[in-house]
Amino acid sequence: MVRFENVGLRYGMGPEVLKDITFSIAPRSFQYLTGPSGAGKTTLIRLVLMALKPTRGLVNLFGQDVARLDNETLTAFRRRMGVVFQDFRLLDHLTLYENVALPLRVLGKEETSYRAEVVELLRWVGLGERMHAVPPVLSGGEKQRAAIARALISRPELLLADEPTGNVDPALGRRLLRLFMELQTLGTAVVIATHDITLMELYDAPRLVLADGHLHVDA
Amino acid sequence: MSTPEPDAEEMVREEPALPVNLRRDSPLVPVDSVAGRALMAVIAILTFLAALSAGAAVLAARASEQWRGAVANEMTIQIRPDARRDIEADLALAVGMAAGVAAIESVRVVPKPESDKLLEPWLGAGLDLVELPVPRLIVLKLKAAAGPELAAFGAALRREVPSASLDDHRLWVRRLSTMANTIILSGVAVVLLVLCAAGLAVAFATRGAMAGSRDSVEVLHLVGADDAFIAREFQSRFVQLGLRGGAVGGGAAILVIGLLGWLASRWRAAPEGEQLQALFGAFEIGWTGYGAVILVAMVVAAIAGVVSRFTVRRYLRGLA
Repeated sequence: MVRFENVGLRYGMGPEVLKDITFSIAPRSFQYLTGPSGAGKTTLIRLVLMALKPTRGLVNLFGQDVARLDNETLTAFRRRMGVVFQDFRLLDHLTLYENVALPLRVLGKEETSYRAEVVELLRWVGLGERMHAVPPVLSGGEKQRAAIARALISRPELLLADEPTGNVDPALGRRLLRLFMELQTLGTAVVIATHDITLMELYDAPRLVLADGHLHVDA
Repeated sequence: MSTPEPDAEEMVREEPALPVNLRRDSPLVPVDSVAGRALMAVIAILTFLAALSAGAAVLAARASEQWRGAVANEMTIQIRPDARRDIEADLALAVGMAAGVAAIESVRVVPKPESDKLLEPWLGAGLDLVELPVPRLIVLKLKAAAGPELAAFGAALRREVPSASLDDHRLWVRRLSTMANTIILSGVAVVLLVLCAAGLAVAFATRGAMAGSRDSVEVLHLVGADDAFIAREFQSRFVQLGLRGGAVGGGAAILVIGLLGWLASRWRAAPEGEQLQALFGAFEIGWTGYGAVILVAMVVAAIAGVVSRFTVRRYLRGLA
């Protein structure tokens, strides 16, 4: 599903922030992406999302070399992925309902066709009573849950979650982890970027460990 | 934090009861921002100016049509006093000759007091003009299809009455036409310039909005929106602003034109009003004029849409 071979990334003329990154993500797999703060976890996620272009190496997504993708294919691939940003990236002028429904709305679907799904998911993440609120009035935890709901609403084949339990209490953190595991059993490949050792100990899975710009896999 | 609901397995799918006031389909690009309102004001002002120019052009076109219609169907015979000739006899001879021409519908001799009155604006009222050699005038109304016989009539008149001259108003019509055409062309040029200015204002505002919404644009891309979708969202925002600005500007222009027409009709009795009416007719732009004003407002909105879409597509290509 995702294959990186000797991928390197530098910003401008600066030093390489990611060096010789080689790993792959299989369909229906579950893995953590871990490492100290500033190790490049978010950058690696942005590379997978094709929001950044590598300066060298090969990135292969869904069987295609991303260097040769046209805009239409790029968009089609992004629609197969769900992402939870560390800083949530909710649109401040939209209600939670609209934020969560965004991936379906950009597909051109009618609002009535996805209403039940959106409401169900919002209720499941505990935001059923807050669906009319806009992000600036929400707590960090509420924003995080909304961001997770937005990533899940389109039932992606690949879920990339950047610190998805960073702002929620341990009970909800465990519950979200169970949800991600459930998604995996339903066919979604899950990558959770975290440095929360407790969370990783709850469910044993391969760890992609980033340190000093290099990545190694702890199976 | 809200208490989480039970696990997924325990959930029962039920028909969602959404709050009545829940916003479900807000524009992805906010319209009512400060920048949006400022742009709307700029569009309203530009539309107002363009609509007034268009209205002025229509007014000039209508007035010049009236002048041309009135003047082109008339000719004047002017008989200058000549000490060696009897002016009244010449007058009668000219009237007789004119009445014999088929292309002339009616002949009217302008009475002497009326001729004298024409001099009042220059010489003042109450003067005895008996000693002054005031020319006499004969107004000829022409039939719609005046033929070449008028030229022959002019030559015959000069032969029979040497002190008479036939004025077919061609020079006057030409000057009026030139003036009216200049006003119309100026109006059209101003409308085009203002439309260009509106386009540029929208282009700059779009670039500003894109730069300000860079994060939102990235989020839209990452949740699967393509460039066409994002361009449509921005376009719909700017079309809305263009329509609102156009409606405000066009509405204000219609109001001002209507007000000027009303004032002109109130002043009609005064000398200034008479002059205004002589120049601009009834000072009404008619349905064509109001249509032109509305068209200008709609073109401004369309320009806002097209320019913003083009700008967004260029901007997104630059991001790729």
